[in-house]
Amino acid sequence: MDLLRFTTSGSVDDGKSTLIGRLLYDSESIFIDQLQALQRASKHRGSEQLDLALITDGLRAEREQGITIDVAYKYFSTAKRKFIIADTPGHIQYTRNMVTGASTANLAIILVDARQGVVEQTLRHTIIATMLQIPHLVLCINKMDLVQYSEDRFYEIVHAYQEAIKKLQVKDVYYIPISALHGDNVVYKSDRMPWYTGKPLLTYLEEVPIALDINQDIARFPVQYVIRPQEDAYHDYRGYAGKIISGAFHEGQAVSVWPSGWQSTIDRIEYAQQAIASARAPQSVVILLKDDLDISRGDMITPADQPPTLTQDVVATICWMDSTPLKTGDKLLLQHGPAVVRCVVKHIAYKININSLSQEDAGGSLQLNDVARVHIRTAKPIAIDPYAVNRANGSAILINETSFNTVGACLIEEA
Amino acid sequence: MSRHPYDFDYLDYLESEAIHILREVAGQFERPALLFSGGKDSITLVHLALKAFRPGKFPFPLVHIDTGHNFPEVLQFRDALIDRIGERLIVRKVEDTIKQKNLEPPKGKLASRNFLQAYTLLDTIEEFEFDACIGGARRDEEKARAKERIFSVRNEFGEWDPRLQRPELWNIYNGKIHKGENVRVFPISNWTELDVWHYILRENIALPAIYYAHTRKCLVYEGQLVAVSPHIQIEPDDVIVEKTVRFRTVGDMNCTAAIESQARTTEEIIQEILQSKISERGATRIDDKFSEAAMEDRKKAGYF
Ligand SMILES: Nc1nc2c(ncn2[C@@H]2O[C@H](COP(=O)(O)OP(=O)(O)O)[C@@H](O)[C@H]2O)c(=O)[nH]1
Repeated sequence: MDLLRFTTSGSVDDGKSTLIGRLLYDSESIFIDQLQALQRASKHRGSEQLDLALITDGLRAEREQGITIDVAYKYFSTAKRKFIIADTPGHIQYTRNMVTGASTANLAIILVDARQGVVEQTLRHTIIATMLQIPHLVLCINKMDLVQYSEDRFYEIVHAYQEAIKKLQVKDVYYIPISALHGDNVVYKSDRMPWYTGKPLLTYLEEVPIALDINQDIARFPVQYVIRPQEDAYHDYRGYAGKIISGAFHEGQAVSVWPSGWQSTIDRIEYAQQAIASARAPQSVVILLKDDLDISRGDMITPADQPPTLTQDVVATICWMDSTPLKTGDKLLLQHGPAVVRCVVKHIAYKININSLSQEDAGGSLQLNDVARVHIRTAKPIAIDPYAVNRANGSAILINETSFNTVGACLIEEA
Repeated sequence: MSRHPYDFDYLDYLESEAIHILREVAGQFERPALLFSGGKDSITLVHLALKAFRPGKFPFPLVHIDTGHNFPEVLQFRDALIDRIGERLIVRKVEDTIKQKNLEPPKGKLASRNFLQAYTLLDTIEEFEFDACIGGARRDEEKARAKERIFSVRNEFGEWDPRLQRPELWNIYNGKIHKGENVRVFPISNWTELDVWHYILRENIALPAIYYAHTRKCLVYEGQLVAVSPHIQIEPDDVIVEKTVRFRTVGDMNCTAAIESQARTTEEIIQEILQSKISERGATRIDDKFSEAAMEDRKKAGYF
């Protein structure tokens, strides 16, 4: 049993809460007392039917009160997989939340109301999902009950979407006609749409292959912490503790250390104090090298024959997440895994309109929720890969030097 | 569905994520601490810390905020665990806070000290200048926690201020803070109640005996079973029963309800939890009404 993380997005009232509720309910992921609470709450609202949307009403209550809307995480599992849902609200001003939810996702569910078809938000969510390189997309065409479960309407929307995303580099889209309210094609295959030969949503979520969502070819090991026991028995022990973020390492492998560029060989890989011959992302391990080098937190170990790009000049797509605008020349901290360096924004090349992907003049500054292409100069070299090649080593965050808030998401394009 | 050779088990994924978070704490903070309640979630954290830092020592002490109303089994377990792992334990007592601050000790039948824990914790944070406190809270415990960050910044008063909450992207944790602020860190945020039990089973982690079914004298109070102990007042017309029970959390003896159960092993507990889910579509079993997930660990409420 493995683990899949997904996000859900759609415009308000497309049925996102109902869909999540339906998934949890029909997959038998709800506890009896939760169900009773739900029955009471539904009655309270004057509904005889269970209002499945109430399962996620934490977020809903907030929305109604107009306070912080954010990313909420939900969990369920089936015999095949554990699922983590990052539920983000779909308003235009919440690009920041969507980017946050999407950053760890294997898959994005985008909801469309069958009556309305593809709208601006549909494209925006697709663009963000694609920008964040979410490997799998599912377009759920909801409320099929309100269009008489019409095959023609379904394909009309599918074709309109395919036309709209032609210019985007969308990788893998799966289309499912559903009714979240009635449960058609969510967990169970619908008898009311015999013309649909694909999988119901949950089956797809259980079966979509995800092992290759992590780059398995390029090995990267950022050092988080150095283990140096004070006991005599471990006098010469110097273990580099960290998580393999991509690829695999093995005993005896020739490696380089960055930013120094030093060379060495892996003496041993340990997991829970046992030596293991090899280890693969996303395992957390301890690596010991043959040579006694001065390696510390923030350094990166890679295979000698797969060097990262070592650079101080980074071109990146950033999403600005702070209410104080970003201006050319601003100094910030850039955190790339455990490495933190000072940096300056040299140039804001252009803003990216996330409804159309068109490039717009930024006029030297970015507002909250703006997405832009920028040039950044770091105070020290960092060891990176392009985000498109290796999501795990092409991502970074920007931190305000005085408030210490996280103010930007940074997707490294090239160096 | 064929398995890919690189498929990664979900428990391995959760474990690796938690170890990564613990090591980020070690790397980013000067004076971290692990809040230890003696409950299964904090025992799981200790197990994860052993995997994260051995053969080295933990880069943080364990801190127990003691209400004085503990189950004796839990204190014995705590001391035996500390002996076995050889790490530092700091105990601070709510009792002392009550004396020092001249607080009114709670009265009444069950006289809970839970809410006072927060004071003792803040004093302890100040005393040792802790800049990060690792806790075992999980996002599935209640709706409000569903959007809690893994690194959650608190102001000088230990308060959760929405403006201090930072977007958390990828697996990059920003632990930069000003003097006086501190960060609560939740390495098992993404675990559910069942995940923790499955992990305890897989890793063969020992727990205090009160987690498993045993016979015990209980007071029936507002439909709940409360362990008979010196910490509660028994009145003449109280109903005392002897039942086979277990506890789902290790809160104070006087406000942690026991549940009737025959589950004497971890496997049996997992079976019980699974049965408390809806067993068939639409068919609910009202008589069997309990849920592990919905139950908030009161101890943690005091902490976090
Ligand atoms: N007829 C119909 N109504 C639906 C369906 N899914 C959701 N709804 C209704 O659409 C409204 C908005 O749904 P909700 O889940 O709250 O949408 P959200 O804003 O995206 O979370 C509610 O009244 C739902 O009952 C569906 O498949 N068919």
